[in-house]
Amino acid sequence: MAAEGNTIYLDNAATTRCDPEAAQLVMQMLTREYGNPSSLHAMGFRAEQQVERARAQVAGLLKSDPKEILFTSGATESNNLAVIGGARAMRRRGSRIAVFAAEHASVLEAARHLEAEGFEVCLLPPGPDGRLSPAQAAEAVDEKTVLFCCMLVNNETGAVNDIAAIAAAVKAKNPRTLFHCDAVQGAGKLPLSLKKLPVDTLSLSGHKLYAPKGVGALFIRSRVRLLPLLYGGAQQGGLRPGTENTAHIAALGLACERAGMKMQERFEKAQQLCRIFREKILQVEGACINSPTDASPYIVNVSIPGLRSETLLHFLESRGIFVSSGSACKKGARSHVLSAMGLSPERVDSALRISFCPDNMPQDVEKAAACIAEGAATLARARR
Amino acid sequence: MKEIILLKDGEIALKGLNRSSFEDLLIKNVKRKLAPMGKWTYWKAQSTIYCTPEEPMDLEEALERVKKVFGVAAYCRALVTEKSYDALAAAAPDYLRETLLAARTFKVVAKRSDKSFPMQSPEICRELGGLLLSHFPHLRVDVEQPEVTVMAEIRERGAYLHAGQQPGAGGIPVGSSGRAALLISGGIDSPVAGWMMAKRGIELSAIHFESPPYTSERARQKVFSLIEKLTPWCGRIRCYVVPFTRIQEQIKEGCPEEYFTIIMRRFMMRIADTLARRAKMGALITGESVGQVASQTMLALGCTDIVTRLPVFRPVIGMDKLEIVEIARRIDTYETSILPYEDCCTVFTPRHPRTRPVLETVEEIENRLDVASLCEEAVSATVTHWFNP
Repeated sequence: MAAEGNTIYLDNAATTRCDPEAAQLVMQMLTREYGNPSSLHAMGFRAEQQVERARAQVAGLLKSDPKEILFTSGATESNNLAVIGGARAMRRRGSRIAVFAAEHASVLEAARHLEAEGFEVCLLPPGPDGRLSPAQAAEAVDEKTVLFCCMLVNNETGAVNDIAAIAAAVKAKNPRTLFHCDAVQGAGKLPLSLKKLPVDTLSLSGHKLYAPKGVGALFIRSRVRLLPLLYGGAQQGGLRPGTENTAHIAALGLACERAGMKMQERFEKAQQLCRIFREKILQVEGACINSPTDASPYIVNVSIPGLRSETLLHFLESRGIFVSSGSACKKGARSHVLSAMGLSPERVDSALRISFCPDNMPQDVEKAAACIAEGAATLARARR
Repeated sequence: MKEIILLKDGEIALKGLNRSSFEDLLIKNVKRKLAPMGKWTYWKAQSTIYCTPEEPMDLEEALERVKKVFGVAAYCRALVTEKSYDALAAAAPDYLRETLLAARTFKVVAKRSDKSFPMQSPEICRELGGLLLSHFPHLRVDVEQPEVTVMAEIRERGAYLHAGQQPGAGGIPVGSSGRAALLISGGIDSPVAGWMMAKRGIELSAIHFESPPYTSERARQKVFSLIEKLTPWCGRIRCYVVPFTRIQEQIKEGCPEEYFTIIMRRFMMRIADTLARRAKMGALITGESVGQVASQTMLALGCTDIVTRLPVFRPVIGMDKLEIVEIARRIDTYETSILPYEDCCTVFTPRHPRTRPVLETVEEIENRLDVASLCEEAVSATVTHWFNP
């Protein structure tokens, strides 16, 4: 499709290009420092040190204790472990779970799975701004609620939840309720301090942060107990057995460290790109922005009602511009997030998600907006 | 111990003077299927094709392959022995052990085409049956409905022993009925329609219409996967990919919404007609089924057929969706067909398509477009892909 070098990649919420230095580190770990961290010899020890270093780097980004960081195969596993492992560990205290309805599938489906185990799942719809209000959160919690899940940044709209307020409201109602936060689209992008944030578990993903795919982390506050999903060796305290993915863990560590250092600079860049894009897109006839105005600047969700997402997406692709319809994990199924926000079906069916990274240039997003305008003017509408 | 594969032809045996050319074609198709496994020799006699491996080979894999050859009514692996009763009797208990241990009832059938063999068929049955009973005392003879039928065949070239003949793909050999073009969209029905016509001996080419950017590369890949899944049955398939965007946009622009589908299908038929004639194909094949969707009413089909003078085969025309799905599952196209990508038939689907189009009205509306040059443009931009089994 698009010629090499001509590509404008605006689907960074789906995945990011791996930081070349992180990729180099992966190569080095795979070909030189390839010891098993559980081995007693020097090579094993060095590999273990790399893993521990990465743990400290991730903890540094989240302002938590390294002991509170668990490495996983990615955010899907992190979310599953937090939701399923958390609920099962709390089984004796109650059987109610409250979940924000706009969560990612790896939280929603995990919760749905728990229904089969006898848990009662209560879904909390987002407001028209795509967010959950603390009052609404508190209302859903009672003495039987063992787990509450709310994401930091929504992956489709970029809407940012006030986790501090929501978690505080939940804890005020029931201090024993576990609070899980999916921070995949927020970690490394928005400042987080788990010293202050009253959440019990929080997940993040490597490949949304310029680390490779197949690695993620779960913050688990000390003294919070989860039941493992996998059984095997004694690695990572037995909670996540299996030989550590040392190369990718090291890369995740590096990526987190850099994200921490460059957070402000990257954020300002994203803000600039986002502002330009929003301005340009609002000049396109019929275009509307589905993201709230105070959303994460890394994500903008727009609709050209009447023009199907897929059509416009492939049109942009033919111009070398890569964006997403809804979230990439769903390959074109209708967005549960936008529907839950109460948008019209026409608007949901035409939604595109544009997501930025600091490597994008202002002219890239200008071109994207111009091509969307071109598509809106020339492409045939599915239904008028 | 030497084993071979026996293939029984079905209705080919009923053909008159053409029979041998049908059989030769069947052997050719079987050869093509088995050749990648190694060296084989083939001969035919008494409606049976004998496939002999000339080097060590996995016969189970070979059976998997011949299972998908149209024209084979039944198949089995068989033990080859010297042409004497003693040799048969010596080998039978061991060779049939697993099959017979799993059965409760059996019978022996003998066929003796070599009349110089000293024992007659009933005698062979009796002796061999008694021998097997003495080895496997749990068995009972049931001549009406045995669980296992042991066959002893005394032929010119040798004696063969087998049990557990399996039904083959049936039909007649691909290529014996000529070539036709299958209009394939990516749905459930068209691959099934193609498979059914291949079963009747038709060699397939496929025609796919795509409308980027309204349809995606994934939708095209889906169609390619479907065609690949047909190749083990149908052999090599050529696929024409026709760019259809401009035509769809023009119809959308120039014709009332409720006529969109019918006019689009007429364009497809015209283009398919041109491509098929150019490649000397004798028919078009579609996966339409009467009444399944609004565009597949009898009157709508009448309006589309009239633009081509080639016969249009619609083997699933009288089938229910569930019956079609059953075949799709059997030929393993179902899971691919239900992948959720837009295809050119779902883009721009009108809310209320005309279910009872009047030909004159359709033609009148269509004449607002430059039909001939639009078709020509699409045909000349058509790209061909080949798919090998």
